[in-house]
Amino acid sequence: MRGGPFILVLIAVAAVIFGLARWLDNSYAFFVGYVVVQYIVLGTAWNILGGYTGYVNFGITAFFAIGAYSSVVLHKLVPAMPLPAMIVVGGLMAGIVGVGTGYLTLRLRGVYFSIATLALAVVVQTLITNWDFVGGARGAYVLRPRTAPLIGGGYIDYLFLIMLGLCVAALATARAIERSALGFGFAAIRDDEAAAEASGVPTLKLKLIATGLSGGFMGMAGAPLPFYVTYLDPSSGFSLNYAVNAIAMPLIGGTSSWLGPVVGAVLVGGLQEYLRVTISSAVNVLVAGVLMVVFVIIAPQGIVGLFKRKRR
Amino acid sequence: MTALLHVESLGKRFGGFVALDGIELEVQDGERLGLIGPNGSGKSTLVNCICGTLQNEAGSVRFAGQALDGLSAHERTRRGLARSFQLPRPFASLSLAENLRIPILYTVNARGTGGLAGAAIDARCRDLLGEVGLAEKADRLPRDLTQIEMRKLELARAMAAQPKLLIADEAMAGLSHAEVDEIIALLIRLNGQGVTVIMIEHIMRAVMEFSQRLAVLVAGKKIADGPPKDVVRNEEVVRAYLGE
Repeated sequence: MRGGPFILVLIAVAAVIFGLARWLDNSYAFFVGYVVVQYIVLGTAWNILGGYTGYVNFGITAFFAIGAYSSVVLHKLVPAMPLPAMIVVGGLMAGIVGVGTGYLTLRLRGVYFSIATLALAVVVQTLITNWDFVGGARGAYVLRPRTAPLIGGGYIDYLFLIMLGLCVAALATARAIERSALGFGFAAIRDDEAAAEASGVPTLKLKLIATGLSGGFMGMAGAPLPFYVTYLDPSSGFSLNYAVNAIAMPLIGGTSSWLGPVVGAVLVGGLQEYLRVTISSAVNVLVAGVLMVVFVIIAPQGIVGLFKRKRR
Repeated sequence: MTALLHVESLGKRFGGFVALDGIELEVQDGERLGLIGPNGSGKSTLVNCICGTLQNEAGSVRFAGQALDGLSAHERTRRGLARSFQLPRPFASLSLAENLRIPILYTVNARGTGGLAGAAIDARCRDLLGEVGLAEKADRLPRDLTQIEMRKLELARAMAAQPKLLIADEAMAGLSHAEVDEIIALLIRLNGQGVTVIMIEHIMRAVMEFSQRLAVLVAGKKIADGPPKDVVRNEEVVRAYLGE
């Protein structure tokens, strides 16, 4: 399927999901849907760098929180600013940090790159914790409107719709990358960076594109968070859940395709939400961790990879 | 013939170890040059400095009349300088055809003229694989290849960049007698298509059969350069290989 029709199919699927959630007329469905779709965006963003180029980013929360705290800052400075504008700004901020991180760590590979991104998350969290304007360690309250603009209904409906839109954008971008020269360049970097350079691939430029895109989408995924939780503090913005899930979901679903993070997020995210209401909310990370270990052992290429291998 | 590659007073150190010490080397357009030397003599370091994988600390490298110093490896490849690696380094997750697609997308198409698109890229990849006898495995992964097939893929990928100069770094290591003959024939055929070839090799039979000229490196210095028959009789070369 070509790019245009693929985007139309994505939009149609998003519209059906949104329509279904409205038909259920249950705000819990929107909350669960928001979380799962948010993880599809976050997992897809991680996969652009970690799956396509092989650079494993542990600093997910840094980019996610930059998006979230950008919204806090903008909401304080310009309360009337619409959420989509905040998402664009949050994405740009996180994207710029992504490019900067890529540039500073361009000589690092493998585990050293991963440790550097982990350090980035610690640095950003420390800065935010000590920044009074965004509430510091106390956190900040964000009063969200009661009703959704344009579509009516509760504001959570609007947040879910916005996240579905982001999801369409992230998946369309990921699939376009896979089928382009950029995707082949990323794959070459992942498989052998020296051989990629020797084949004419401008590895530094491509890595910067990957870190920028990946960071940007993570920031965009985080930007609506303050309106979802209404109270944002460093422990929730930099929660380990985001980092573990954003890595676990593509790994479980499969890192070689745009479909992998979708399968992983629906499976793991859905299971986590089910367990949250039936057992305890504390089992979230445990579920992701156990599934990740199981899949790394029995299906290192993820669920999508299993099917691809059978076809090959 | 005009000089395609001109290496002048090239120097490279690794800490206190002098890997290359004032190397002078000229390669003419269309020539087949053999480069030999004992292990640790600096052959691979020289290749890495020419190709941009390593940056030289002294001297300069000129290619097709232009200085390459400071340019990254991918920029040098785009200017027509391709290499194969001593240990094959295929893109493991990509099929053979996709392995060849990378240099076409990033080298041939990046040059601005004569670029390929869509089905033409795939056709070109399959043609190149056909030239090295791998057409039937175009859709397979590199892990399915034998040792010689891996070497052929390495050469085909270098050729996909449409280079003016190909540096084959020990492309015959670990191959049988018949397989060595196959690779020699392949390299001579490529040379016949107008590609200048530098062959780095330990197998003297292959070197003598292939090379029009032979250069010898020992301990980071070039000790001989000339017609192969003269070079192998050179006393300094004999001493370097067989000892006093």
